[in-house]
Amino acid sequence: MSFFFEVLIGGLLSGIMYSLVALGFVLIFKASGVLNFAQGAMVFFAALSLVGFMEHGAPLWLAFILAFAVMTALGIATEKFVLRKMVNQAPISLFMATIGLSFFIEGLAPMIWGNQVRPLDIGLVDEPIGWILDGYNIVVSTFDLAAAGIAMALVAGLALFFQYTRVGRALRAVADDHQAALSIGISLQRIWALVWAVAGFVALVAGMLWGSRNGVQFALTFTALKALPVLILGGFTSVPGAIVGGLIIGSTEKLAEIYIPPVMQDLFGGNFGGIENWFPYVLALLFLLVRPEGLFGERHIDRV
Amino acid sequence: MARQIGDVILDLKNISLRFGGVKALTDISFDVREHEIRAIIGPNGAGKSSMLNVINGVYRPQEGEIIFRGQHRHNMNTHMAAAAGIARTFQNIALFKGMTVIDNLMAGRNLKMKCNFIQHALWWGPAKREELAQRAKVEEVIDFLEIEHIRKTPVGRLPYGLQKRVELARALAAEPAILLLDEPMAGMNVEEKQDMCRFILDVNDQMGTTIVLIEHDMGVVMDISDRVVVLDYGKKIGDGDPDEVKNNPEVIAAYLGTQH
Amino acid sequence: MIYRETGQFKTSYAADQQIFPIRQDRIGMALLLLAAFVVVPLFAGNYWFNAILIPFLIFALAALGLNILTGYAGQLSLGSAAFMAVGAYAAYNFQVRVEGIPVLLSFILAGVTAAGVGILFGLPSLRIKGFYLAVATLAAQFFIVWCLTKFPYLSNNSSSGVISVPNIEMFGFVFATPQSRYLFVLTLVSLLALAAKNMVRSTTGRAWMAVRDMDVAAEVIGIPLMRTKLLAFAVSSFYCGVAGALYAFCYLGSVEPDGFSLDMSFKILFMIIVGGVGSILGSFLGAAFILLLPIFLDIALPWLAELVHLPFDSATVSHIQLMVFGALIMFFLIVEPHGLARLWQIGKEKLRLWPFPH
Repeated sequence: MSFFFEVLIGGLLSGIMYSLVALGFVLIFKASGVLNFAQGAMVFFAALSLVGFMEHGAPLWLAFILAFAVMTALGIATEKFVLRKMVNQAPISLFMATIGLSFFIEGLAPMIWGNQVRPLDIGLVDEPIGWILDGYNIVVSTFDLAAAGIAMALVAGLALFFQYTRVGRALRAVADDHQAALSIGISLQRIWALVWAVAGFVALVAGMLWGSRNGVQFALTFTALKALPVLILGGFTSVPGAIVGGLIIGSTEKLAEIYIPPVMQDLFGGNFGGIENWFPYVLALLFLLVRPEGLFGERHIDRV
Repeated sequence: MARQIGDVILDLKNISLRFGGVKALTDISFDVREHEIRAIIGPNGAGKSSMLNVINGVYRPQEGEIIFRGQHRHNMNTHMAAAAGIARTFQNIALFKGMTVIDNLMAGRNLKMKCNFIQHALWWGPAKREELAQRAKVEEVIDFLEIEHIRKTPVGRLPYGLQKRVELARALAAEPAILLLDEPMAGMNVEEKQDMCRFILDVNDQMGTTIVLIEHDMGVVMDISDRVVVLDYGKKIGDGDPDEVKNNPEVIAAYLGTQH
Repeated sequence: MIYRETGQFKTSYAADQQIFPIRQDRIGMALLLLAAFVVVPLFAGNYWFNAILIPFLIFALAALGLNILTGYAGQLSLGSAAFMAVGAYAAYNFQVRVEGIPVLLSFILAGVTAAGVGILFGLPSLRIKGFYLAVATLAAQFFIVWCLTKFPYLSNNSSSGVISVPNIEMFGFVFATPQSRYLFVLTLVSLLALAAKNMVRSTTGRAWMAVRDMDVAAEVIGIPLMRTKLLAFAVSSFYCGVAGALYAFCYLGSVEPDGFSLDMSFKILFMIIVGGVGSILGSFLGAAFILLLPIFLDIALPWLAELVHLPFDSATVSHIQLMVFGALIMFFLIVEPHGLARLWQIGKEKLRLWPFPH
């Protein structure tokens, strides 16, 4: 039984990581209606920049600031050179453009920073905390707690930001209706630049945590793809949804990986690992049958 | 008017429609007779478009009944409505911008086409014959609405007035029994309005199509309609022929403007 | 001058509906077919067949399939390679397990199997508007590759899912040479392309485009949304399935599930973006472009690096390749969303006036 909890907790913790990536998606989608397929590549680029600056001698806090500046610049450049030029086109075209963007970033990042796998040390130890392990037989490290704490703080901060600040309101207005927002004097360009900067910040945090856990490597981009099922579960426009969705995806995928293969082995013989590659997606697909707008998403009514 | 107005073809009884807390329509009842031109008028937000949407199945009313050609229905769905012979145009043009005028009109006739996709893939034989037969019919509509010169133009490139006409053509291409027109003359200048009026009257006259239309231009409404329904805040406040409605004090207060 | 249409009047709807209504186009197409079927087999070398022409035709077919779904029906799929895998393995299983089955029938059944799998993944996701099909096809991509690797039955109990296929044989003739394989693939692809063109200009195609352009209006004129979208997905998967079978039988000879990766799905998507969404011709142009681009970069980049005296290695080439692909996609979507096919059309329109300016 305690093994089950161990796997569950492990899953929840990795779920938080997925949530962080999904948060970036939600932010950009909420503010501009664009589903940014390149978010995963951005996480990778952010992590690489962070490590790169640190390798050049910058301490963590400075490297973080510099990486954030780089991400903001990337976001602004994306908005200016790609999205602004595609304002009139269908959502599917915008999505495909972000696919192109992700390829571009995935090629650019290693060009600038090199493509070896690097470890990232942010001062948090990823070893089980002694007293929790001994007392409750659960594997949790300082790192895990810090990650959870950071994610909570981010979510709380973003929720407050959207709800109570003037800029947050403006972002919500822009997400709702670009023309209307323009007509009341909201500068679309500044808002979008801001949104991409915030999304870049979130990507940097996610990249920092992922990178220090698994090393900064190209595989990061695939992990980021798993944020899409998170969005389906949580709802494309919901910040809490990204967290809940991430937790569910993280935990179910780990549980599936542990518990399904033995059953399959009994039935069919042979080795059945690798379930976590597809389980989140199939789960999301089945979820579509039940609640397509996600747990926290909005029902979309088409007015004709 | 040369045509004979027939029996009731569409009867709406006690239709109520809500969106969450917003009541779009409250207990609306009226009927439409065959071959007539029935106008729905009222201030903005009165529920006129919602009414049309209920008639052709885009919205499902929470209460009420729709009786179309004797068939009782609690609600329509769009497919049923289209198959039953209800066609419509929209306030914001709902043409298929990526296709040419001809393709849009042929799409309007899709319920008349019986071949399956494999026959289409093979082309020679039944699919080709059907395509040519339908093309001939569509050309009749093109002739009727005088849009021959823009047949092959992608619809997205046409000026607004012509797009409206193409939308009317697409609805006509389906050879409907009832035509629902949602502000067919919105945004047009005087000349275009006159043309559209002429077309609507011709459709009613020559093809006998029953027409239900939403329109803000009172001159047009009084001129061409046989009977008028007036809506205000989702409720019916007037129903009768144009003169009756024009002199109805409630209608005047809500919509037409009081005399001082 | 050469391309003027003056004097070519259409006196019947049938004449107006032709695929190539302009006489010069018909001549051009005839010449192209002549070149493809007669000239090329006589003069091209084996390298050309094996490395360029056969894969070009196969991927053009897959791109055609994706174009039907994404370009004409407006539903984005990120799993085309998975359906190719289904086709390849299905064809293999039919060939190996059914005694004496004609190879063409295996291919057709392989396509049907792929269509069936497509419908399975399409059912939950096509009910709702939005990008859900994209995620569903990602699910298909990962799940199908996993199934093919893990269930030994599907690869006739070979290790890690690798299958090797024999040369195809029809009526006693063995398609062993590159020329014969090329002609087989060319014939099949041409026929399927014709079928696709026919579908696309008929009611089926109009229904797809209507659903793409404005599904509410399509519903209102009586087009059944779900059925139309599912049909597009099924036909698209059929085409990808046949392409996959050809990929295994006429191109590589030996395939494994991981070969049908997410990367390949993206490549096929890029083919239709660059070639032109919603265009049969575009599928071919895009396939040629995307297939030739890496070869071009492999040659051009080291030479360029020499010119500017920059250090170079193979990793850099692959990074630049990613960047070029990404930049191309964004470029085409911004500047010419209808891709090379539209550029071709514009070229033809200019040709109609040439040598006059207007």
